[in-house]
Amino acid sequence: MSKMMSSSVIDQTSSLSISSQNILSNGTIVDFSVGSMPANYGYDESFSKEDDEEDSNEESSQFKPRILIMGLRKSGKTSIKNVVFHKMEPNETLLLDPTTKTNLEDISCCSFITFQVYDCSGQIDLFNDPTCDYIALLKGCGSLIFVIDAQDEDQYTDAISCLTQTIFKGYNINRGIKFEVFIHKVDGFPDEKKMDIYNEIQQRANEMLIQQDATESLIQKIYLNYHLTSIYDHSIFEAFSKVVHKLIPQHRQLERLLDFLCNSCGLERAFLFDVASKIFIASDCISPLDTQLYELCCDKIDLVLDISNIYAPKDVEGISADDSSYTCVKLNNELYLYMKQVDKFLAFVCVIRDEIFVENRGIMDYNLTLFKDSIKDILSAQKTVSQDQSVNNQNNTNSSEPDTSNMANNILGNL
Amino acid sequence: MRKKILLIGKSGSGKTSMRAIIFANYTSRDTNRLGATIEVNQAYFKFLGNLILNLWDCGGQDHFMENYFSSQRDTIFKNVEVLIYVFDVYSFETEKDIFYYQRSLESLVTHSPNAKIFVLVNKMDLIPEYERDKKFEKHKAEILEYSKPVQIKCFQTSIWDETLYRAWSSIVQDIVLNSSLLANSLNEFSNVIEADEILLFERTTFLVVSQSLRKEHSDLKRFEKISSIIKQFKVNCNRFDTTFQSIEIKNDNFTIIIDNFTPNTYIMVIVSDPNITPALTIHNIKYAQKHFQLLESQT
Repeated sequence: MSKMMSSSVIDQTSSLSISSQNILSNGTIVDFSVGSMPANYGYDESFSKEDDEEDSNEESSQFKPRILIMGLRKSGKTSIKNVVFHKMEPNETLLLDPTTKTNLEDISCCSFITFQVYDCSGQIDLFNDPTCDYIALLKGCGSLIFVIDAQDEDQYTDAISCLTQTIFKGYNINRGIKFEVFIHKVDGFPDEKKMDIYNEIQQRANEMLIQQDATESLIQKIYLNYHLTSIYDHSIFEAFSKVVHKLIPQHRQLERLLDFLCNSCGLERAFLFDVASKIFIASDCISPLDTQLYELCCDKIDLVLDISNIYAPKDVEGISADDSSYTCVKLNNELYLYMKQVDKFLAFVCVIRDEIFVENRGIMDYNLTLFKDSIKDILSAQKTVSQDQSVNNQNNTNSSEPDTSNMANNILGNL
Repeated sequence: MRKKILLIGKSGSGKTSMRAIIFANYTSRDTNRLGATIEVNQAYFKFLGNLILNLWDCGGQDHFMENYFSSQRDTIFKNVEVLIYVFDVYSFETEKDIFYYQRSLESLVTHSPNAKIFVLVNKMDLIPEYERDKKFEKHKAEILEYSKPVQIKCFQTSIWDETLYRAWSSIVQDIVLNSSLLANSLNEFSNVIEADEILLFERTTFLVVSQSLRKEHSDLKRFEKISSIIKQFKVNCNRFDTTFQSIEIKNDNFTIIIDNFTPNTYIMVIVSDPNITPALTIHNIKYAQKHFQLLESQT
């Protein structure tokens, strides 16, 4: 099995190589595949200077896919960004001013997610505004999130037509964009109404796409993902997690790692969380995602961070990541929530049964140290691969793929 | 052992909201569902075993207030252990508010001369942060002036932050019977296990009932913050039909253990000595449980 795993790892990294080549007018070949971003995105210099003032470090901007959040006015884009990435309380978002200018947010400083999040102003029509270079914006984009306000029924038609326009323009500029639709502000509706709205919007969007797609060639290639979200509960975090999963090239490998860990240690559920934003980077695939467990884990992270901040000495921030640190919450339904920090931004949280935890604590801790090392390997290997790719566009150098076979051999089963 | 607590204040000052958050696991957002209280709402809460708190939440609309001072005076103001008077800082209509306040004090002193009096200045979140302390001090001075010669304790509160827990923890600590005995035992325990701090929380409300501090800490508001953090987690767990039994946090700098202690309390132990393993602390806590359970049942 270990051999299979390492060979499939090779497959993964090779499939991440150049998926689309774009030749610019001056003859240079630029690679726009997600996961390997050349320092020069290949767009207008003036645009980058206007918005990327803080981001002058070329190397760090190399691996940053972009997420664009678009939508009509007052659909909730800035609120989403603030609640997910800046830990704002949902009720404080009522005080936010309308966004007048498109904001670039670089959230890599406190978060594993080294993305740039573009919060587009709903007041500017992005495509007709002469000051905004939307071509450049869309070229480097990994994921485009379109937010529709579910409570504003009158605006559905406008929203959907804006959505279709955006999709066609976006697809023509960059084939690799993943389109996501957030059907937002659904907290006030009962479940049946939510499904009704979901179906209605999906249907209308499909109709409009078919209408406008004269050649019928694009409609089969474009796939829209719909999510019901609200900032007042965890659905926005879950939706954002799923968006992020598609943008992280190592996602499949991380999932496999978690599966393996779950099987060998007898865990009910395992997550890899980004502590700052409570988005989960990966989760095991053994059973479908249980929202309740995800929310419990989010609450637990909040609890631990809050208490740690009170008692930590002044110069220390967050939770320490050494081998002997852990956090453990025992619930009264015979479940334990066990959390270990993997590195500065990531935390491993698992749900495990009482008896198993008590019996196999030592083995599990040992497995987790190997797990931590593997994760570090996976994450650093990807960087190396991308660096090689951007230097030499034609080669697929897989010399530094992570060696998870080692970990697989060393993980001890608990039976 | 029953203790009667009177909750009086103008209509809309926040009495029922506070009661709902502390005793009924409401979140701050949920309280906007609450309507005006009609006449007096009596509720009983079991607290620390044999202590039963009889909370009288008195509706604050004008015609009810008039009745309290006239026809219902005896019923309301007799046998009171604690009076909690709530002011709304945002709509401080001085004359009428102070009028009702002073009449409450008079009635109380006549019928329950030994009662303790707490004054809460609520809705402090509506004042911008930089002005809060100043405004509160000003109100506090006024209230102390109007209360003379009666002794009172005054707190600023808001249901949106931890100040609510601070005020109610103080109120409850004054009511708890053997608080000094409890505190002494905790101090002894703390010295033996070499803990930095030990906090004792009441089980349902998570108000701090007693504490023992061996090491100084710069954040004076931490008790109420912890109360509200853990309460929040507890309420979140309740949404999934579960609740937590114990929490263990260990890292380089400290070890924190929160665990069931006696049938009515939770204990929180903070140890910063890296040589003491969590297992040792947990073991010690289990052994100390017996002593404290005995203490609790004796009162």
